[in-house]
Amino acid sequence: MSPAARSVDRHGRGRDVAVVAFAQSNHTRRTDQLSEVELVMPVLHDVLKQTGLTANRIGFTCSGSSDYLAGRAFSFTMALDGVGAWPPISESHVEMDGAWALYEAWVKLRTGEADTALVYSYGKSSPGSVRDVLTRQLDPYTLAPLWPDSIALAALQAQALIDAGLTDEPRLAETAVRSRRAATGNPHAQLRGSADPAELLQRPYEVEPLRRHDCPPISDGAAAVILAAGDTARALHANPAWIRGIDHRIEAHQPGVRDLTESPSTRLAAAAAGAFDAPLDAAELHAPFTAQEVVLRRALYLSDDVPVNPSGGPLAANPVMAAGLIRIGEAAALIHRGEAHRVLAHATSGPCLQQNLVAVLEGTNGNRNGNSPRSTDGTRGGAR
Amino acid sequence: MTTAAELLAGIPELAGAEPVTRVTIPARLEYTHTPGSAQTRFLTALPDKRLLAERCPQCTRVYVPPRGACPTCGVATTEQLELPHTGTVTTFCIVNIAAKGLNIEVPYCYAYVLLDGAHVGLHARVGDVPYADVRIGQRVEAVWNEERLGPSLASISHFRPTGEPDADPESYRRWM
Repeated sequence: MSPAARSVDRHGRGRDVAVVAFAQSNHTRRTDQLSEVELVMPVLHDVLKQTGLTANRIGFTCSGSSDYLAGRAFSFTMALDGVGAWPPISESHVEMDGAWALYEAWVKLRTGEADTALVYSYGKSSPGSVRDVLTRQLDPYTLAPLWPDSIALAALQAQALIDAGLTDEPRLAETAVRSRRAATGNPHAQLRGSADPAELLQRPYEVEPLRRHDCPPISDGAAAVILAAGDTARALHANPAWIRGIDHRIEAHQPGVRDLTESPSTRLAAAAAGAFDAPLDAAELHAPFTAQEVVLRRALYLSDDVPVNPSGGPLAANPVMAAGLIRIGEAAALIHRGEAHRVLAHATSGPCLQQNLVAVLEGTNGNRNGNSPRSTDGTRGGAR
Repeated sequence: MTTAAELLAGIPELAGAEPVTRVTIPARLEYTHTPGSAQTRFLTALPDKRLLAERCPQCTRVYVPPRGACPTCGVATTEQLELPHTGTVTTFCIVNIAAKGLNIEVPYCYAYVLLDGAHVGLHARVGDVPYADVRIGQRVEAVWNEERLGPSLASISHFRPTGEPDADPESYRRWM
């Protein structure tokens, strides 16, 4: 039977799609010794090996990356060398974080055009100045000519949150400490461990009110996920991380017209993904700046007892274009390891959380073994 | 086509305003590109007039310049080998328009040279021959740029005919 004939299951529903494998590089500040394909290929081999699949048995391949990071046109075609595209494969690319590549692949699987998908993304920020590069995504006529860099825009958002009484610098420092101490259990993270909040708060501002600890590290890295539908997923993993819902929404392009303390796009996406239908065991949030976790916790109605970013999150490693896909991968990994049953994953793109994607992942019903996610050392920061 | 003035005419608030028809917004980003391990090995061998290639362990194709991966098989090209300086023209064109910033007199001949033992063509110029005589299958050899030997393909000035008989088309047909 062709895949298309099985696009609807015997109950008439769209097919269930699960994350069955996840791999990532060890993220570092520079990877001068590696080309993009040399960075990506080991991650692809890792994720394929986990399932026993080979590239030519994958139904659909989709990647996410940015030519602006690479400083070269069509840079993704060189990374595609690491996939092995012969005989010709069904392939696509988004100039976005890999989380959006995963969304495209999820649609392919839901509609029955493929049974398996390889999703990967990578970013080498080291060749250029990522703070300047990210200004090129702003409105080209009125905003980009001012070169407001990514940290300056995040600082505006943080100041708006402080002015609204929703956080303060000590609480932001707690978020940084909690994230980087959680990352001590993550061998792929770039920043593992942290000084105490009191010490961090003695340090100078990067862009007031943000200090260095409030900002993500600049990272080179790659990540890959394999998706599979229905029985294929069950055959490939004993405990697939089923994508129960996924949606993405976008705010106005001009940050000046937004209330930067709120994220209605995240809340809409979360509602559409079913995030509010049942309690969550953990959340992997793509909040590169400490203050953005405050916005996301509020948008997602996350209570303090939901562990956030047990992996360390993007404050511990932030390979641009891959950091969102990594959130989905880390959420799935919690389920694969039996440490959680229902996990929310969030990805963002653009300045001040402009675009947001929310996915809700679940283990197979009754498959929970009750372990809790990796310790977050109890110093939970963010919104109260 | 609607002009900018006609578009503005429909907006009362902008009555009489001079339409902005063009803005120039300079933008410059600087990158320090690093070529990765495989290409670094290739580039650093050029000053010694050595052409390093890599072979795919699965399909045995030989790539030059190597990029560290076989795009056909998706595996690392782990075996390194050195190629001779001779090859076969597999396609060519005569360039009559000078590219901006390129210090080459036009017309010149631009070709793919399939180095002996390689399975992808190397981009190169062909010279020391009337362009009317350049042809597919022609045997050529590298002429090194003795004054500019460095970690760059500019170390090869061009390829020139060896005078050997043309290569058997079967030897390069699959790699054109």
